[in-house]
Amino acid sequence: MIEVKNIYKSFDGKDVLKNISIRFEKGKTNLIIGRSGSGKTVLLKSILGLFDVDSGEIWYDDRNFLTMDQKRRKQMRQEIGMVFQGGALFDSSTVEGNIRFPLDMFTRMTAKEKETRVAFCLNHVNIEKRAFKLFPSEISGGMQKRVAIARAIALNPKYLFCDEPNSGLDPETATVIDELIQNLTHEFQMTTIINTHDMNSVIEIGELVLFISKGEKAWVGTNKEILHSSNQTLNDFIFANKLYAQMRRDVEEG
Amino acid sequence: MGFFFHTGRYFMMLKSVFAKPEKHRIYLRQLFYEIENLGVNSVGIVVIISLFMGGIMTIQFAYSLANPLYPKALVGLGTRDTLLLEFSSTILALIMAGKIGSNITSEIGTMRVTEQIDSLEIMGINSASYLILPKIIAVVFIFPFLYILSAFFGILGGLLTGPIAGVITIPEYIEGIKWLFVPYYITFSIIKSLFFGFLVATVPSYFGYYVQGGALEVGKASTKAVVNTNILILFFDLVLTRLLLT
Ligand SMILES: Nc1ncnc2c1ncn2[C@@H]1O[C@H](COP(=O)(O)OP(=O)(O)OP(=O)(O)O)[C@@H](O)[C@H]1O
Ligand SMILES: [Mg+2]
Repeated sequence: MIEVKNIYKSFDGKDVLKNISIRFEKGKTNLIIGRSGSGKTVLLKSILGLFDVDSGEIWYDDRNFLTMDQKRRKQMRQEIGMVFQGGALFDSSTVEGNIRFPLDMFTRMTAKEKETRVAFCLNHVNIEKRAFKLFPSEISGGMQKRVAIARAIALNPKYLFCDEPNSGLDPETATVIDELIQNLTHEFQMTTIINTHDMNSVIEIGELVLFISKGEKAWVGTNKEILHSSNQTLNDFIFANKLYAQMRRDVEEG
Repeated sequence: MGFFFHTGRYFMMLKSVFAKPEKHRIYLRQLFYEIENLGVNSVGIVVIISLFMGGIMTIQFAYSLANPLYPKALVGLGTRDTLLLEFSSTILALIMAGKIGSNITSEIGTMRVTEQIDSLEIMGINSASYLILPKIIAVVFIFPFLYILSAFFGILGGLLTGPIAGVITIPEYIEGIKWLFVPYYITFSIIKSLFFGFLVATVPSYFGYYVQGGALEVGKASTKAVVNTNILILFFDLVLTRLLLT
């Protein structure tokens, strides 16, 4: 569980996050949605401590993240996995090397154990053995995302963060990635937070959806509720896509 | 204003670079990689440039000292001292700032704009230390060797070119090389090259580490890094020469 309470964040006097409070549940895929520039990435990075918030509280279960000292924070980071928007794989190491990196850094595993763990993580994201020795530049965007997910789960994190995990992917691959993240979340009972502006993801895996608009919390609910909301800003966002406008009409007409 | 901001942030960066490393074994691995990447891979260009410059200096000294009143050996002495005092330390550092420096900025800058640095930070790794410390140690370590290499091949370049160009004979040149030799010049230059090595590693790292934007900005940062490193090298050359040589 991750809970944020009344967080504010501004850059050079410009408010980007205004009074956001939300509780992200364990074992669920929690989504943050909103227009481009609404503050999704800033919210995610603030929760992670990559940005310092101006005020508010951030709780990782019963641990207050903002009052922790640097050492505890560093230790806690090992319970966090993150999938960046562009994958952010280390170009200078192979697929395998990317997964092994956190293991080298933070565990006392033997070479054999590491190899097993690397294979386990990569198998979980359906990367074939022959791709293990390739470099990130030699694999497709969809594969890079999957490797990034594998790296994020290498240390068995309790919390998983994904910044637009399926941006730049075709719809089919995007669905595969979404399902993968959801399955991993259920299997390992992680608290997963995903940034997206993809409505397909919202419908598919939006077990809890936070909609932010201009840095403010505008709506919270589930994917079941989202198509029936009466919130005007939310509806403008969702039904910008004609397909969903049609779906809503269909639903209303039974 | 900008100057103080950058200087301040540069020292802040150095502070986290020299924080206690997380895992020594991994730093050591990085260090060996950097020594090869930044050092061993520069040997070729150092040898070529030094051979040519040594040859060119010899011909030019011979030309300007053509007066029969001057002993021929002055040509060897001039080539030697120019190499030992200035070329193999300062000029070589300027060249290395172009080669190694732009390499460092673009590598670290790319890692910044593709969120690889954030990725390290999220894992709880001190990214400044992990990325920059091995480079500093590697470059500071290899610079004195490159200096010696350059001086050796520069003198050899003169030895090969002078007689071929017909401006000096081999015995005259060798006599010149041994004439009035001041070993302190080498000590002086090695001290300089340690400073220059530190600049060539840290200034470009700074420009890469704080780049914002995309590929275009990384390119611009590389250029800025090289220009600023060059200016700082010349400035420190002046200061160190004044302090150590007068
Ligand atoms: N480091 C920063 N410095 C200053 N302003 C920033 C910084 N990062 C983000 N912002 C500003 O904060 C606002 C929200 O940006 P953010 O990246 O969170 O949007 P987003 O919802 O993630 O958009 P997208 O869907 O395009 O990724 C933007 O107006 C942006 O200009
Ligand atoms: Mg974003």
